[in-house]
Amino acid sequence: MLRFVVRRLLQLIPILLGLSVLLFAWLRALPGGPAQAALGERATPEAIARYNELFGLDQPLYVQYLRFLGRAVQLDFGNSARTGRPVTEEFLERMPGTIELTLFAMVFAIGVGIPLGYLAARRHGSWLDSTSVVGSLLGVATPVFFLAYLLRLLFAVELGWLPGSGRQEVRIDATRITNFYVLDGLLTREWDAAWDAFLHLVLPGIALGTIPLAIIVRITRASVLDVVNEDYVRTANAKGLATATVRRRHVIRNALLPVSTTIGLQTGLLLSGAVLTETVFAFGGVGSAIFDAIFARDFAVLQGFILMLAVVYVLVNLLVDISYGLLDPRVRVR
Amino acid sequence: MSPLTIEELPPRDAGQDGRPVLEVEDLSVTFTRRGEQPTRAVDGVSFSVAPGETVGLVGESGCGKSVTSLAIMGLLPRRGVEVGGSVRLHGQELIGAPDRELRGLRGADMAMVFQDPLSSLNPTVPIGVQVTEVLLEHREMSKKDAVAEATRLLDRVGIPDPSRRLKEYPHQLSGGMRQRALIAMALACSPRLLIADEPTTALDVTIQAQILELLRELVVDTGTALVMITHDLGVVAGLCDRVHVMYSGRIIESADRHDLFARPRQPYTGGLLASVPRLDGARGAPLHPIRGSARDVIPWAEGCAFAPRCDNAQDDCLTEVAGSTVPLEYDGPGRELRCRHPLEYPRTPAGATASGAAR
Repeated sequence: MLRFVVRRLLQLIPILLGLSVLLFAWLRALPGGPAQAALGERATPEAIARYNELFGLDQPLYVQYLRFLGRAVQLDFGNSARTGRPVTEEFLERMPGTIELTLFAMVFAIGVGIPLGYLAARRHGSWLDSTSVVGSLLGVATPVFFLAYLLRLLFAVELGWLPGSGRQEVRIDATRITNFYVLDGLLTREWDAAWDAFLHLVLPGIALGTIPLAIIVRITRASVLDVVNEDYVRTANAKGLATATVRRRHVIRNALLPVSTTIGLQTGLLLSGAVLTETVFAFGGVGSAIFDAIFARDFAVLQGFILMLAVVYVLVNLLVDISYGLLDPRVRVR
Repeated sequence: MSPLTIEELPPRDAGQDGRPVLEVEDLSVTFTRRGEQPTRAVDGVSFSVAPGETVGLVGESGCGKSVTSLAIMGLLPRRGVEVGGSVRLHGQELIGAPDRELRGLRGADMAMVFQDPLSSLNPTVPIGVQVTEVLLEHREMSKKDAVAEATRLLDRVGIPDPSRRLKEYPHQLSGGMRQRALIAMALACSPRLLIADEPTTALDVTIQAQILELLRELVVDTGTALVMITHDLGVVAGLCDRVHVMYSGRIIESADRHDLFARPRQPYTGGLLASVPRLDGARGAPLHPIRGSARDVIPWAEGCAFAPRCDNAQDDCLTEVAGSTVPLEYDGPGRELRCRHPLEYPRTPAGATASGAAR
């Protein structure tokens, strides 16, 4: 088990090296180079030269790359061109927001998706079944930004039931410990702050959770339909087990294997930034940070965020692989 | 591998004067699908099994033998299937019995061993749980006692180091072990009826022999009635007391094992026996397969389903000529036959063409 984890962590090194080369090359390949990109099209040659000298861009490429790499291993990605704050600091402030949002979205998607998919399969061919199939198709096909916009318009702007932007009301002067706003509120016993932060998760969380929800419904349904026809379910019935036992131990347990893979992949995807949803709800996570950085030509932020998100993504996948082994003894790692 | 041992079971009220454990009467199974012609997979099947008796249902794949066994166990899906006739377990009618009642009987009074041991075991649940769950369901037993009993059961079916195996998963066991584990589950509550649906098909030959020997000992020692479903005449020869040959959903010949092997009457049975390769045959002697395939059938309503493949077939094997379906009729003591032109035997001393013809 430990060897497996260590091996997977070692695999992270070539992945990150490759990614860093790509990111580095991408910046240098911009028309006019990073200086032009940062200073704009109408920058004077003098300004560009000064910029290049200031940031060491007049050095040979390999020197630049090694220097970049040397700093990156120390988690130093420079300062944001927009705010002047260290990139790493900004990341640590925004990642918790995205994690909270992802958790909300996935709990929503799993909590609704698995029961719905299971019921649809149990009542195969009923109206519930056809509705959930059509509904999940609709869920996958609806563009997230459109749904996010619609939800915001209806529930935040028109009805005013739920907050429609930000992570917390500004007037709440909450204490920050971990930058997980809900968690902070609970830790400091500022219940109103926690509740308010939670309410801010609802609309973006639902918007973000729709696609995973639709996928989970479809996979659960298909998987249950598969499993009920398995020989071992027939064996379980031949043993005269109570219907509840057959369902719980023999049907659901096995049917959830493919679902768990999907859940893992979707979680990884959401964690690496829901650019569109976060932007619509002005939610201060990594997604909206990347969006802002693109428009502000804030390359330090882009570089740093993308690399760190890659680490997050690989780590999440590692967790998924480990948990999959717990569920399915056939792929259990030794 | 440890020797196969079957512990003595407490004598049950031994067979209740030879009254049959299982009586199947005029069983029929029809699959109905919306927008499709209903298919009658099994029709008019009747047989009975006495305590300690082993009855074979023999036939090619698709002849309805597995469907028959599932119908007896009540394991056919409720939707899209119509089951008719009567199945009685110790006099208790099973067809149309409520699901709760059937669940109480399955695993306790009647049990089944399936064909493919790997797919018949749940891959994500340890063997131990899969054995103890039967015990916990049907017997008043604590978890601890159930584990002890499961260990005893695995040992009884010849699985070495049973307490370790209980914690393992199906994929960690060999094919023979898996089938033994399945048999242990079926035996857990000492059922009075055991149905084995091609229990050795997925196993290699040496393991096959061991599993058959295990089943045979079981029947002898516990008086369990055994229904053996197979296409393998070797299994029949080694195990069965009485044999029913099925073709296209109906029984076409019934006889005691020795009679059947010595003098098959239905040309189909004769063909099955002739198509078995023989070690004592002349080198290079051709095999005699039955021509055609099981798909070349005509509906029973039009005469004899086997007629298109039969060498003895004549015009009156078809209803257009004879006017009715070929019936299953008395054919000497202990024999029944569905055929208008059966194989005839010259008056030779019995045994000249003799027992073990299939070997």
